[in-house]
This record gives sequence, C-alpha cells and structure tokens, in this order.
Amino acid sequence: MTRLQSAFAKGQPALVCFVTGGDPTPDATPAILDALVEGGADVIELGMPFTDPMADGPAIQAANLRALAAGTTTADIFRIAASFRTRHPDVPLVLMGYANPMVTRGAQWFADECAKAGIDGVICVDIPPEEDAELGPFLRDAGISLIRLATPTTDAARLPAVLEGSSGFLYYVSVAGITGMQQAGLASIEAAVATLKAASDIPVAVGFGVRTPEQAGPIAKVADGVVVGSALIDLVASHGTDAAGPVRELTRALSQAVHESRKADA
Amino acid sequence: MSTNPNSFRNQPDERGHFGAYGGRYVAETLMPLILELEREYRAAKADPAFQAEFDDLLEHYVGRPSPLYFAPRLTEELGGAQVWFKRDELNHTGAHKINNCIGQILLAMRMGKTRIIAETGAGQHGVATATVCARFGLPCVVYMGATDVARQAPNVFRMKLLGAEVVPVTAGAATLKDAMNEALRDWVANVHDTFYIIGTAAGPHPYPELVRDFQSVIGREAREQMLSRTGRLPDLLVAAIGGGSNAIGLFHPFLDDANVKMLGVEAAGHGLDKEHAASLAGGRPGILHGNKTYLLQDDDGQILEGHSISAGLDYPGIGPEHAWLKESGRVEYTSATDREALDAFQLLCRTEGIIPALEPSHAIAAVQQVAPTMDKDQIILANLCGRGDKDIFSVAEHLGVKL
Ligand SMILES: Cc1ncc(COP(=O)(O)O)c(C=O)c1O
Repeated sequence: MTRLQSAFAKGQPALVCFVTGGDPTPDATPAILDALVEGGADVIELGMPFTDPMADGPAIQAANLRALAAGTTTADIFRIAASFRTRHPDVPLVLMGYANPMVTRGAQWFADECAKAGIDGVICVDIPPEEDAELGPFLRDAGISLIRLATPTTDAARLPAVLEGSSGFLYYVSVAGITGMQQAGLASIEAAVATLKAASDIPVAVGFGVRTPEQAGPIAKVADGVVVGSALIDLVASHGTDAAGPVRELTRALSQAVHESRKADA
Repeated sequence: MSTNPNSFRNQPDERGHFGAYGGRYVAETLMPLILELEREYRAAKADPAFQAEFDDLLEHYVGRPSPLYFAPRLTEELGGAQVWFKRDELNHTGAHKINNCIGQILLAMRMGKTRIIAETGAGQHGVATATVCARFGLPCVVYMGATDVARQAPNVFRMKLLGAEVVPVTAGAATLKDAMNEALRDWVANVHDTFYIIGTAAGPHPYPELVRDFQSVIGREAREQMLSRTGRLPDLLVAAIGGGSNAIGLFHPFLDDANVKMLGVEAAGHGLDKEHAASLAGGRPGILHGNKTYLLQDDDGQILEGHSISAGLDYPGIGPEHAWLKESGRVEYTSATDREALDAFQLLCRTEGIIPALEPSHAIAAVQQVAPTMDKDQIILANLCGRGDKDIFSVAEHLGVKL
C-alpha cells in the first residue's frame, strides 16, 4: 500500500491540510508541517508558491506572495519536502501548485526531484486532462500520484477523462470559485461525492471553503477526506514565525471532528 | 482556412495548439466552459446570420472599413520605402480593440450570458468592452491594475461613463497580468452567467483563435485596399505587440503571401538588458493564463513584471500564434524602447498630423529604422492600431511638460 492509500484506509475519514511552502519563511515551514502532523493531519499538501495564483482567493494569494518575498525557491520547497520525509516516514506529502514552476526545467526534472524528495502526489491546478501530456506521464513513470480536481462544473461526460490517469485521491472542489470562498451546501456535496464514488474506487476528499471543525465534521460523514487550507493560512498570516502552536491547535480540533464524525451518530 | 498543407493559416490544431504553443491550461472549473465556448464559436462561425450581424456592426457602429493611408511627409522624412498606415485608430473608441469586442459580445449573447467581465491594461480594451456592453445593455465589470488606473485616468472615467464597474487590482505589480488573474478568478466564481471578453489573442483555446479571427478584418481590408490602390501587395507589414491581437489581425490574411515580410515589434522598455516587456526577445516558453507561450520569467518559472511606457504593451507574455510564427521563421520580431517610441510618437504628430497611441508608436519606431534601408518603390504597411488621446498625459510627463 502506498502512503496515500494507507492514509485513506485507517477506518475513518482523513484530514488533509494545506499550507504554502516558504510562508512566512522557508525556515519556518518545517515546524508548521510538524504541527499539522502533531495535530492529527493524515495528508499534508505543501503549496509551491507562484507569482500568479489564479485559482486562489486573497488568503492564499497573500501566502504565495509572502513566501516569494521571503526568497522561497523551488529548491527550498524540495529541501522542505525531503526533510519532512526523514522526520515523518509514513505521512503522505503532496505538492500543490501551478504548472509553470513545475514544468519550467522540464517535467522529467520535476518528477525526478519529487521522487528524490519522497513526495507522494502532485496537484497541478492548471493542467486539465486535455493537457495531461505536459506532466502526467512523467509523474506516473516516477511512481507519483497525479491528483486531479473535480468541480461542480465537471459533468458526467468529462468525469471519465478526469479520472483517467489520476490516483491517490480525487480532490472535489465543492464550489465553483476560488479558495477561501463560502462553503457549498452539504446536500450538494453529498450528491457530488456519491456521483464521484460511483464512477471510481479512489478516495474523494472535499475542499474549498472548509474552515472550522463544525463544517468539517458533517462533510467527513459523506466523504473520504476533508481539505482545509485558508483557515490554516490565516493563522500563519497572523502569527508569522510563531504560527506552529496555533496551527497545531486548529488542526487538532479539525482532526477530532473529522476522525470522529461517523462515531457521533453511532 | 487554407487547404494547402503548408499553409501558415491552418493553425491551431483541434486541441488549440499552434505548434508547441497555445493549448488549454485552465483549472477544471473553467474547462467545461471553454469547451462550450469552442462549440458555440464553431457554430457561430458557420452561421451566416452571425457573420452578417458582425459585419453590419463593424460598418455602422465601428466605422469600418478603416482607411488605408499613404503617409507622404513621413515617407519623405525617412527617405526610403513608402510608408502606409492602416488607420484603425479611427475606429469608434479609438483602437482596434472594438473589432474583437463586437465579435465576443455577439458570441456572449448567442450563449445566453447576461454578465460581461474583462481585463484591461491601457484601458482601451476596457473602454471597448464597456462600449459594447452599453450598446447591448449588459452589465460590465472591468478589472484593471491599480497602477494602470492611475496612469490611464481618462480611460477609467470613460468606462465609468459607459456604465462599467472598474475594479482596481492591487495584487502583484498591479498591472495587466494581475488584472487578468483577477478576471479569471471572477469567471471561476460566476461560471453560469458570465462571459469573459479577453482583450488580446492569448488565453486558453479558443480565445487566441477567435480573437485573431475577429481582428483579421484589419488584414483582409488592408489586403484588398492595397491591391485596389496600388495593384500590388506590400513588401513589409509592421505592427506593435502587447498580447499580439492587432499584429495577428493584420498579419494573418497575408501569411500565405510569400513575398510579404512581417515584423512584430515588442516593447523594449528601458532596454532589453533592463526592464522591458519583450517576451519573445527576452523570455522563454512557459505556461500562464491558459496557454503555453513565451513568458518573462525567472529560473524557477516565477513570472516577471513587464515594463513599458505603454500600458497596453507591458504584459509578460505574448499570444501563442506569435510564438509559433517566430519559431517557424514566417514573422520576424524586433523591439523598440520607451525612448524610441516617444520619438516616433512625436515624429508622426509633426509629419502627418496624427497623434498615435504609444502602442503603435513602437511600430512606427521600427518603421523609422527599416524604411531608410529599403528602396523607394517598396511599400511598408504599418498598423496604426490606436490613437494617442489617452496617452497625452503620460507623454507630457515624459517630455517634462506639466499640463
Ligand atoms: C492601441 C493599442 N494597441 C496595441 C495594444 C496591445 O495589444 P495587442 O498586442 O493585443 O494589439 C493595446 C492594448 O491595450 C492598445 O490599446
């Protein structure tokens, strides 16, 4: 079993946590990642900063700019990933970002670096299945999961293309919009997850607009995982290099809500 | 489209690729929309009623055909090839941008969209979009970098008069690329009712193709006009390049005329070794705003800010068809600095009584360079794609004049 498969096979829903690498500084990121693990996160998404984060709302845009202003490079991101892997041999780590920094030295280079750093999966916001040749084959050859996004606009006709060649988990973006926006209604999430699960065996994690344990719990009841990003980033924004503590606390509350969501009813 | 397999006019392929460039690099949320846009565009293109309405609006609302003008005093001053201009600065709203906006708003209405968004740099595309929205009664939101809001105040006021909401974008360097990011964010969040009118021949497929097609009216008219006035085709076409829409609009109908040379002029800003906006000369291929093309970027693929005296040219990318035309060798590309553009701006004012926009002033600067090296019986046709009213404040400032 891969690390990602194990994370979704613990007999409870998984908490997936996103923070931007290098925010507020490259040196501060490892402690924040450790705090996520200590707080009970099952999967870590490490954002690769980009100058033009087109799919992100104000919170994650600002995180990208803070990271770049602190001088964060792609080499820093791989260093952060590799050191995480030595400290946490079993926790899956996924890189999330935009196409240009991933392909700029060649997709083969990127896939090799991911493999060397012990990265389990990659989410690329702006490479849809139609342009898979740009990156997908290189990642798959290197044994790295390409995690695709499905959205409320992904209709039945497109879904097979989205699923083709994706692995690890499927990231359901619950609102048509940017990160940090309002949460979608629970009924629409439940219906969408059911559709996705009927079409595929890979786990479905739901994200966009999930900020609190109160929101995360009910979603965890209907999905295999819940993704939280902007709320954690907001803590990094307000606490800077001291963010690890508050990040650990919020993660703990989130992980409890997610892990125990199905027990509450029983 | 040509049936000649060696034609330069057969791009893009069915996946929107111009050779290695172009494509559809967008978030999944937008993917179904651009597929729908492509289907609708194909249907519209095949629909004579759509074409007739487009032509009618271009004639009676925009004022086409625009004149083809021989510039006698400029020609004499430069002492070489004859210089002719395609006068798209005489269009309603003062630039070529309106050609594309007419086409896209007709497409938006055909698709039942009820809200229009756009990005703008110089404000010309924003004004043109606000204009067609007023004409057809659709609400309009224009995203504009805060830096550009400050340096293009007259156009901001024009957009507001026309009923558009102008949203200043403060992210990044607060110029055109940031405005485009913000427009894409709006679109993702309003997919059901919103049509995004992109202002240049860039972005995800099918935008580079449809913007080119709508702007090709420039080159089609110019080709006919030149043939009927002189009995021959020009030797050289020259156009300024921001994203590349006025240039591709002029060039495309001539691409298979082997004897017609073409020159695209990027903005060299303070100089190619300093801050500039010449993505072909100083950039390398990458992915941004939905397409693969030449971009100004650092080693990590972080996008660099373009700089040009002209707000319409300081975009760090270029339309993908130009990237392909450069690599195929069919079109040559050069650049002109802020200083050269300012000089050319003044030269045209003095010799022809035409105040050009700063964008085509870059094309005129290139004409200034090449005309003297050509024979007197040769013909240069340059695209005068915008008028300078919007620029008089910034030109005055650069010339040290207080208005
Ligand atoms: C008058 C004028 N010319 C040229 C441009 C550059 O755009 P493009 O290269 O798409 O023609 C602009 C953009 O704002 C413009 O206003």
